[in-house]
Amino acid sequence: MTDHQTETGTGNGTGDETTTGNGSGARGARWRLAGGYAAAAVLLFAVAPAVLSDFRLEQLARYLCFAMVAVGISLAWGRGGMLTLGQGLFFGLGGYAMAMHLKLADAGPGQLPDFMLLYGSTDQLPWWWEPFRSPVVAIAAVFLVPMAVAAVIGFLVFRRRVRGAYFAILSQALAAAFAILLIGQQATTGGTNGLTNFQGFFGFALNDPINRRTVYFVIAGTLLALMLLTRQLFLSRYGELLVAVRDSEERVRFLGYDPALVKLVAYVVSAGMAGLAGALFVPAVGIISPALIGIVPSIQFLIGAAIGGRASLVGAALGAIAVAWAQTTLSEEFPAAWTYFQAGLFIVVVAFLPGGLISLRQLLTRRRPTPLGAST
Amino acid sequence: MTEEALHGLTISELRVSFDGFTAVDGVDLRVGPGDLRFLIGPNGAGKTTLVDAVTGLARATGSVRFGGRELLGRPVHRIARLGIGRTFQTATVFENLTVVQNLDIAAGAGRRPLTLLRQRRSVPPEVDEALTTVGLAPHAHRLAGTLSHGQKQWLEIGMLLVQNVELLLLDEPVAGMSHEERDATGALLRTVASERTVVVIEHDMEFMRAFASSVTVLHAGRVLSEGSPAEVRADPRVQEVYLGHAPERPTAAAHVGEEP
Amino acid sequence: MTVILSQSFTGISIGAVLLLIALGLSLTFGQMGVINMAHGEFIMAGAYTVYVVQKSIDSAGTSLLISLPLAFLVAGAMGVLLEWLLIRRLYARPLDTLLVTWGVSLMLQQLARDIFGAPNVNAQAPSWLSGRITLVDGEHSLTLAHSRLFILGLAIAAVVALTLTLRRTSLGRRIRAVVQHRDLAEASGIATGRVDRITFFIGSGLAGLAGVALTLVGPIGPTMGTNIIIDAFLVIVVGGIGQLRGAVIAAFALGVLQAVMEYSTTVSVARVTVLVAIVAFLQWRPQGIYTLRTRSLA
Repeated sequence: MTDHQTETGTGNGTGDETTTGNGSGARGARWRLAGGYAAAAVLLFAVAPAVLSDFRLEQLARYLCFAMVAVGISLAWGRGGMLTLGQGLFFGLGGYAMAMHLKLADAGPGQLPDFMLLYGSTDQLPWWWEPFRSPVVAIAAVFLVPMAVAAVIGFLVFRRRVRGAYFAILSQALAAAFAILLIGQQATTGGTNGLTNFQGFFGFALNDPINRRTVYFVIAGTLLALMLLTRQLFLSRYGELLVAVRDSEERVRFLGYDPALVKLVAYVVSAGMAGLAGALFVPAVGIISPALIGIVPSIQFLIGAAIGGRASLVGAALGAIAVAWAQTTLSEEFPAAWTYFQAGLFIVVVAFLPGGLISLRQLLTRRRPTPLGAST
Repeated sequence: MTEEALHGLTISELRVSFDGFTAVDGVDLRVGPGDLRFLIGPNGAGKTTLVDAVTGLARATGSVRFGGRELLGRPVHRIARLGIGRTFQTATVFENLTVVQNLDIAAGAGRRPLTLLRQRRSVPPEVDEALTTVGLAPHAHRLAGTLSHGQKQWLEIGMLLVQNVELLLLDEPVAGMSHEERDATGALLRTVASERTVVVIEHDMEFMRAFASSVTVLHAGRVLSEGSPAEVRADPRVQEVYLGHAPERPTAAAHVGEEP
Repeated sequence: MTVILSQSFTGISIGAVLLLIALGLSLTFGQMGVINMAHGEFIMAGAYTVYVVQKSIDSAGTSLLISLPLAFLVAGAMGVLLEWLLIRRLYARPLDTLLVTWGVSLMLQQLARDIFGAPNVNAQAPSWLSGRITLVDGEHSLTLAHSRLFILGLAIAAVVALTLTLRRTSLGRRIRAVVQHRDLAEASGIATGRVDRITFFIGSGLAGLAGVALTLVGPIGPTMGTNIIIDAFLVIVVGGIGQLRGAVIAAFALGVLQAVMEYSTTVSVARVTVLVAIVAFLQWRPQGIYTLRTRSLA
């Protein structure tokens, strides 16, 4: 799928993708883009389901969820310069919103989820569970709740110009606090075990392999849609403005923009993507728990994007998929060696190849990030 | 933009202090509409701090009015939207964006969200015009980071042009430029100043003499002298400051004392 | 009343541990602008130093006293190595430093797992630290463990020593000169690279000391650093960049707040409350308690 993409994303720059769209050179780029997405769609929708076993396809569904988070990270971090070390918070909000609905749907009208009966600590549904009985509320909540939380955090933080390392540490602390809060409220959140053991997904039994395949298709489709959306953001005037804010926030302010607002949009959108990813992760993998959203998973989300290419949409998505795949296949057989390898690769790429592995392509083909389009 | 639409800048009792050190100490300053005012003074006189206060970067007391509006207390981006633009001592452009992208961003502070979310299909006319004015048309699609120092300064001025500012505050626009670049910048300034009110901080006295229509001399956070370049040059207090307190700047002193 | 007092004492002892960790960070993060996520693993290295020393020396007291300087050296040496290998290449990119050092921290944790095993181990506390001082007896008794007092003393000693070093010695003057104006310092003949390395040595060494202190109140394990390092970073965020006194105030304030909230709610709610309090505080003072004001654009 790489060969057909037009995105390049230099290390810190925007590459040529932001300058396409004017003049004749853009037409070729647009065809390549269409070709790239068509190839990706064929791979995801036809080839993968045909050649992969049910088990492998479910694993791929999980990786695609991580890729969605990485796409959001490439927007907020790669283009916006906000080192979001706490995407687990939003992934978790989306995941728990979905999981709560599935639990309630499994239990049936008026009934309590099984784990609450098991712990026996409560005989009434907590008020904040109640709205999630409605599938419409749940579907809206999986992205609206993370986006609302991100909007509040972002507003408070960016308005006061908390940025750089301060922002990174704060976002990480928020993810950690959320995980700890979930563990602490075992009676209503399932605690360390999280929420698991789902029977159905909006009326479809999850033990039926056909339905699980459908979940995979939903995830693949969502990922492609999110990538197209993000690509549009990258190419838009907003995308250029975001890069400007990343590189010199003060200068943008003197041009009459409020950088806090510019950053807020990217942060909120990236939170929505992470929330959606978390929500789709739940039916695909069958669990959401604090261990999946704390400090370590939050940085894991970032590793893929960093290795693949933080400022490149395709780089980030492919990086996330590749790292997650390697994690599952290699860490089972060589847990220690895998840790060293992953950490080592991460260190080397971040330190010496900040554009990620996708920027190697540019180095190899000696392509300069000069624009393609001629001015009119 | 017509002469009537121009506004003047009125600064009164402006005071800025950092941790007990008073950088600007009760400055009163009027810059008339359409003026090309040079702000000179030895290092530490408070020139840049004054510009910082006007543009909202430094917190200050007193009053700064532009076109009947009080500027003090407004956030930086709101002041910018009132039509006040500035450059910095070191050229600050968006190095990872092309020249056109830099200018397009500068032109777009008033754009609606929907416009922002769309792709730029062509070069907006005002950007095209600015490209020609600052002479960067041949480099329109180069990354700004690859421009020379002088070209970056011109790009910054171009950004102010498309930003459609009424008051331009330039902090040492010719510092570190070659002779040819300096002459080009001077000509550019003249073009720009014909339709705008301009304040220039400058050390280069030759440059000042060639282009200033009026001059204010700052010293130790206060206004020392004000008038036409000739009047200021003749002021004994100005000569005192430059000769007596800043021997490390003999060229500046020589230029101030020099007869045309 | 005594309840509040007793929670405050708990808070102060939490604060003392935080302070010990944050001191090292205030040198590397505050003074040098390096966000070293492997700082937590230097703490771990200090803690394992105690464990190793105890293997060869039976007396818990003697081994503790030997461990203190040894842990400082071990963690300091690791810091110098890290600075020399990676960080010095990344001074212009602080956020990438954060990520790179996080990768290093992953490796060090795995290394600890390979050497010492994944399960936690315990170090013996010396007998003279096992007692308690009783301040108020009766229904609401108010006691202080010797080990907590020892940590408090260690933290205070470290603050005093660090302050004296920075203020009174020529090394301290050089460190401050490099912090304030790197190019000028270099131009006036200071070997800035060497000063960086020494600063990193001291900062990391302090993490080693913190690790020794932590063995007195909890188990030693490969991930012991990760859990506490975020709190220590928050101390620096609240205290203000490059300010020792800010770190001191912030460490104790956060410690007491955490302890008091824990008493009135639960541990998890307390943590969230503390974090909300920090975000609220940053609305008021986004640069922390003490700030260095500059007029630079950045």
